[in-house]
Amino acid sequence: MRALALAALLLLALGLPARAVEPGERLADPALEARARAISRELRCLVCQNESIDDSGADLAHDLRVMLRERLREGDSDQQAISFITARYGQFVLLKPPVEPATYALWFGPPALLALTALVVALRLKRRGAQTPPAPLSEEERRRLARLLSEGG
Amino acid sequence: MGEARLVSPPSQPSPSRGEGRAGALQQRWIYFLPVALFLVLAAYFALALRPGRDPSLLPSAMIDQPAPEFDLGGLDGKAGLARGTLNGQVALVNFFASWCVPCRTEQPLLMRLAEQEHVPLYGIAWKDKPADTAHYLDQLGDPYRRVGLDESGRTGIDFGVYGVPETYLIDRGGHIRFRYVGPLTPEALQRELLPRLKALGAS
Repeated sequence: MRALALAALLLLALGLPARAVEPGERLADPALEARARAISRELRCLVCQNESIDDSGADLAHDLRVMLRERLREGDSDQQAISFITARYGQFVLLKPPVEPATYALWFGPPALLALTALVVALRLKRRGAQTPPAPLSEEERRRLARLLSEGG
Repeated sequence: MGEARLVSPPSQPSPSRGEGRAGALQQRWIYFLPVALFLVLAAYFALALRPGRDPSLLPSAMIDQPAPEFDLGGLDGKAGLARGTLNGQVALVNFFASWCVPCRTEQPLLMRLAEQEHVPLYGIAWKDKPADTAHYLDQLGDPYRRVGLDESGRTGIDFGVYGVPETYLIDRGGHIRFRYVGPLTPEALQRELLPRLKALGAS
């Protein structure tokens, strides 16, 4: 059984997507390479739009990865390197959109909707609670309850 | 339960009746909330799914920006293309490649555009081998005043190209005014490109 589970895990691991970064692209400096990886995971591949350039095997993604590493090697900060790409391809390349007036609806819309729904539900529940106060138990019910409780105990 | 309360008997004392009616009114708008939400969502989907909208088309970040600097070599025995070549004229810069199938479909249109409309049309061969570019232009005709070879694709990336063909309209001041993604069609030419060329005073 354990062997089977292990085999299944191994199969799962084999099925994980292979990283697209080619060995030749990597920078010699591991710290710089780590920064490049982190940034490229946040940038959208323009060809296959739901992949990051870190994951994508597209030619353009390769070029952008190489350019990104060039910028970092020349001493760009992370922000400068990202601006270099967004200046050419726009905010759309950012997989995580920045918080700015144009994206307020995107960022605050769902929480606002949730809050509104919660408010409406709370109001409804409160009103229903107020409208139907539970009637006190009758003498008969009280006796039955006592009987049931003593039976259970 | 709530409905039962709405038709409360008239024998009830009047203050509580008034309360009940106000409460019912207050409650009723809540029933319209889902409808309102649905309408908002429906409008949003209609906008996103309206016919003719291609979700893969991206707005260019380069509109109204100065065209990037470039200085590209040309094909054998021909002059290349540099940013300076475009100075002082309204020009079209068309990114193409021999390996790009849609480019072949727009090539006859580009030929017509260059011959009949006398539009200064320049070509940049994006990520293509020079020999292949030369063969392609021999085969399909060469509508370009000049062709620059962008083998590395760097100039394309500076323009914000994400696939070929793409066509950029550059004004006299060297600013990018319009970008067309994908192969040009006669309709797109008539509707989108020629009016803009005219507005910029292309000769």
